[in-house]
Amino acid sequence: MDFGPYLLLAVMEGLVMSAALALTAVGLSLVFGVMRVVNVAHGEFFMLGAVGAWFVTQAVPGPPWIGFVVALVACPLMVAGVAAVADKLVLRRLHYDPEATILATIGLLYIIQQAALSIYGPDARPVEAPFTLRLQFPWFGYSGYKLFVIAAALLILAAVWWLMTRTKAGLIMRATQQDRTTAQAFGINVDRVYSGVFALGAGLAAIAAVLIVPISQAYYLMGSDPLLLAFIVVIIGGLGSLRGTLVAALVIGLSDGVISMFFSPTLAKILATLLVAMVLVFRPQGLFGAKP
Amino acid sequence: MTRHGLKIWALHLGLIAVLLALNWVLPAYHHTNLARIMVFAVFAMGFNIAFGYTGLLSLGHALLFAAGMYGAGLSASLWAFPALPAMIAGLLAGGGMAAVVGSLALRTSGVAFMIVTLMFAQAGYLCVLYFGNVTGGDEGIVIGAQSRVLVGINLSADTPRFLFAWALFGAALVGNLALMRAPFGRVMIAMRENEDRSRMLGYDPYRTKLIVMVISGLYAGIAGAAYGLMFGYVGASFAAIQYSILPMIWVLLGGAGVVLGPFVGALFMFYLIDISSSYTTANLLVVGVALLVLVLFAPRGLLGYARDRWLPWLP
Repeated sequence: MDFGPYLLLAVMEGLVMSAALALTAVGLSLVFGVMRVVNVAHGEFFMLGAVGAWFVTQAVPGPPWIGFVVALVACPLMVAGVAAVADKLVLRRLHYDPEATILATIGLLYIIQQAALSIYGPDARPVEAPFTLRLQFPWFGYSGYKLFVIAAALLILAAVWWLMTRTKAGLIMRATQQDRTTAQAFGINVDRVYSGVFALGAGLAAIAAVLIVPISQAYYLMGSDPLLLAFIVVIIGGLGSLRGTLVAALVIGLSDGVISMFFSPTLAKILATLLVAMVLVFRPQGLFGAKP
Repeated sequence: MTRHGLKIWALHLGLIAVLLALNWVLPAYHHTNLARIMVFAVFAMGFNIAFGYTGLLSLGHALLFAAGMYGAGLSASLWAFPALPAMIAGLLAGGGMAAVVGSLALRTSGVAFMIVTLMFAQAGYLCVLYFGNVTGGDEGIVIGAQSRVLVGINLSADTPRFLFAWALFGAALVGNLALMRAPFGRVMIAMRENEDRSRMLGYDPYRTKLIVMVISGLYAGIAGAAYGLMFGYVGASFAAIQYSILPMIWVLLGGAGVVLGPFVGALFMFYLIDISSSYTTANLLVVGVALLVLVLFAPRGLLGYARDRWLPWLP
């Protein structure tokens, strides 16, 4: 293949990556923005979504798309439930202290990982895509499902944007983000908002996982990469800024796709982690965020 | 300040003496375990100096441990360094790495500091994998026998290995105690308690913290180097995030800001996992639950609790 089509393929892979990444990172960003909690267990919520999708598609009879649709609804709800329980049992008791919650979510990470290992096992297992459609380009064929992932992610991101900017629930979340005490004074039940945001963030990670699992596989250690990349995106986009997160997801997803294709995935990750460290040191508001 | 000096030195030197005596008492299995725990305790002391006393919560100490380990391991495998120069190379690698990471990461604080150190450690881990033809990647490298003889002591035999770990632990503990009883130790605690006020009194927070990071790195580095030489193996898993979390758990469990905390925490955690693994293979669960319980119910740890209740003089 010539360089041009090769680049096109890299860009398309990068877009699929960006789509899943944007969903995961928006979840992380919401949790950080509203609750000021750095959720290290976010990647494990992603993994739970993927592993859950495997169980659901195994259990539901009939053509693969039925199981997939059930998984796309049930898994995020289940993961959101787990997150709400974790919030109630752990984070609330710590009064959302930033440093203590990082340690606690590291503990959650290990517990969830072990639960997945014990129940699901150490194997990586495939989940069948809901449909197989191959789009034939002049130079290569491309999976239609991957394009569906991009479209679905855009749809969900639009729904999140609508939720945050056009609904009462979004208004309450933004009010809590801006000033927790004043929000409380206006009769907002901050504890419930926090539970809801934590569940919503985890649910978004799970949706991304269900969408992506037919392309990759379900594996109990699969959470670490999305976590790292989501972190990178959220920090480069500016902590707590949704718009910055989306732009950064696009940039990181594309550059990861391109660098991974032409160089090595490990090198891409090394550069990205160092970039995050440097951004936090020299430009803590993020590359796309305004000065506070 | 020196009112309890005698008591304090007696307690710490007494522990060192007891550990020496255990060399001739313990059965083989626990003998090796204790040697391991003492080296890990040195690593955890380094973490405690940064976190417990100075309030620098790093999530990237695996990088410093691995720097020491690979500093010793690579100089032994690539250039056939004997054990003593390899140890020194590891010590300097740990301190040097801490100086580089610290000089950047210390421009931030709080959550940002945690993430920056985490990212540097992750980059270091990935570098170990990426340069696999030198570092051996996941499989690691085995250190040859010629580099495991330290001034005539063969570290691959049980008793010399124990005594080596003991000597290192003893020196590190005495050094840590002396540091905390020196004026600089007071400045470290002042930084933890109130940075603004310390600055007003004329102490430079950045400089103090950078020195602390380097000391912490020297501790982690020598522990990594010693571990590599004692067990003849250097691998990428020691650079992974788990080795940033473990010293934190040991310190939290034993008591942050207590000189003996890292040792007590490492001892308890090691045997907690050891005993629980005879009932269940869910090791990660033990680590996770221990971390949650500590953060939720006992943030001061065992010795921190003891200090609050009975031993207010514990340094």
